[in-house]
Amino acid sequence: MKKTIKLIDLDCGHCADKIQNAVQKIDGVTSVAVNFLGQKMVLEAPDEKFDAVLAEATALIKKIEPDVTVKA
Amino acid sequence: MTKKQKHLLTRIIVAAVLFAAGGLLHLEGWVELGVYLVCYAVIGWDIVWKAITNILHGQVFDENFLMTIATVGALILGEHSEGVAVMLFYQVGEWFQSYAVSKSRRSITSLMDIRPDYANIEKDGKLIQVDPEDVKIGDTIIVKPGERVPLDGKIIKGSSTLDTSALTGESMPREVEAGMEVISGCINQTGILTIQTTKEFGKSTVAKILDLVENASDKKGRMENFITRFARYYTPVVVFAALALAVLPPLVTGQAFSIWIYRALTFLVISCPCALVISIPLSFFGGIGGASKIGVLVKGSNYLEALAYTETVVFDKTGTLTKGSFAVTEIQANGITDEELLELAAYAEDYSNHPISLSIQKAYGKKIDNSRITDVQEIAGHGVQAVIDGMTVLAGNAKLMEREHIPYTASNAIGTVVYVAFDGRYAGCIVIADEIKADAPAAIKTLKAAGIRQTVMLTGDADAVGQDVARRLGLDRAYTELLPADKVDRVEELLAQKSDKGMLAFVGDGINDAPVLARADVGIAMGALGSDAAIEAADVVLMTDEPSKIAAIMQIARKTIRISNENIVFALGVKFLVLILGAVGRANMWAAVFADVGVSVIAILNAIRAMRVKQFETPAQE
Repeated sequence: MKKTIKLIDLDCGHCADKIQNAVQKIDGVTSVAVNFLGQKMVLEAPDEKFDAVLAEATALIKKIEPDVTVKA
Repeated sequence: MTKKQKHLLTRIIVAAVLFAAGGLLHLEGWVELGVYLVCYAVIGWDIVWKAITNILHGQVFDENFLMTIATVGALILGEHSEGVAVMLFYQVGEWFQSYAVSKSRRSITSLMDIRPDYANIEKDGKLIQVDPEDVKIGDTIIVKPGERVPLDGKIIKGSSTLDTSALTGESMPREVEAGMEVISGCINQTGILTIQTTKEFGKSTVAKILDLVENASDKKGRMENFITRFARYYTPVVVFAALALAVLPPLVTGQAFSIWIYRALTFLVISCPCALVISIPLSFFGGIGGASKIGVLVKGSNYLEALAYTETVVFDKTGTLTKGSFAVTEIQANGITDEELLELAAYAEDYSNHPISLSIQKAYGKKIDNSRITDVQEIAGHGVQAVIDGMTVLAGNAKLMEREHIPYTASNAIGTVVYVAFDGRYAGCIVIADEIKADAPAAIKTLKAAGIRQTVMLTGDADAVGQDVARRLGLDRAYTELLPADKVDRVEELLAQKSDKGMLAFVGDGINDAPVLARADVGIAMGALGSDAAIEAADVVLMTDEPSKIAAIMQIARKTIRISNENIVFALGVKFLVLILGAVGRANMWAAVFADVGVSVIAILNAIRAMRVKQFETPAQE
């Protein structure tokens, strides 16, 4: 499953890169592209794992950039 | 302004007032320190907090940490006002940067804002507005003047003119009437249209285009990837340099640690690569947004970059450089006037639906009076013989003239030649050929002027026809009489010939040339408005079928790259300059903050220029 997730208030370029690298390492992620200008993340993971992956990614993003609101 | 920006702005104002008060009141001792600490807390608490939590998460080298070290360091060294001011200045920069980015993000997205908000549906005699996503295939929608067509469909009632400029960049409105297909995203200008939808919203043109442009910046180019990689090394290197600067010189020279620690702190402030990581993607985003404004969709930053380095452009002939429709290009009358010759040919060919006959009739333009024609005979492989006004008229190829023993002048014109004779006398010939598009010669010229090294044409047509078109357009090379598979082979050959960095672009109609589009470094499909297949197959999509847009998009691409290069040189130049000045004690922390956020803001403002594309719109036609 591939889904676009909004990252509200993501406004620094290197934070986007940091998030991208961190989310990439989550177990089960097929692909992820964080788009700083679009303030979004396109996350792809197998259907059965998707919710777990998304939850982990959300927690991770909160940790890296507390200002960012993740909206699936 | 977003909530976050408003919040930060309030803090900046409060801190600035406190800071000014602290400076003006000439406070001393503990009171002075107290005011500055309160001020520091107001403006910098989140930075310090983030620095601490990030360290706990195992991420040490980030800008929050560096700003904290730098400012706390200054406070400890006794530079109270400077420590606070630097933090304040930094936050002002951050705020401005965030504001500039969101502002540019909005202005670029508004360029591509073709999303329809609602669709009108008639229910119980009243019009109601519904979400376009809720409209099903086959539903009837009503579009009033001034409204955007929300879904693709067919007009069942009404006529109007449509403004397609948001999709195509074309300012000429399009006339539509009942029975015609309409494409979502156009704006209805004059009449009320009743439309039966043929696609659901998600499959409609407007949704496809939006999806494509919005996701374009996901595909990063080499330059963006380089900046990302560079950023990863830059920060740690500067931090270690700062550490070395704080420790080594005092040990060697015996000078006070405080001098060198202060210098090291300026290093830390400069260590964020923000200016680059923000401005480079922003330039590409702007370039892609600007291109969509003139009706060119670029599917990724990587393709925009490839366009900038294109040195070979390969064109398909029919439908790309030529109109793909036949027209009378030349009339050589013999003994009668051109009009009379055309009239004879039109009457003789009246029975036929062949494209050649149709183009003669189109050129004649008047209604055929059938009562004047008697006894029409088709002579297979030769042409036609008809009796018109009692005269025997022959119209056909050279073989027909020879068969009937009519002395004729063989034409060496390029195209299909129709010879005409009446009452055994040669009357002249009409040349029918595929027309070159009006803006094609100018487009090739602009490409050459822009530094494209080689322009090549591929065609399945006869050699004489192909070479003639190539010569008239000033193309460097033409490969003719090619089968579809040969086109891929030719492109392979050309790919092997180009230089390492150079790119090869192929331009076609996107329907029959998918393999070639895929093989080229950049596949450009033209005339794609309404053709899903072409939009899918290509990397770059021209909504109209004007070749001049190819030159325009290449210029946009080059401008984008130029702006990115400017930003890289400028940002790194200022940063290194301040680093050096800082190391020798010539730059204070103010300069360092400028080298960080100030440079960032300037680079953002420069990047925004990439979205201005007005000057590249259709060059003067010849």
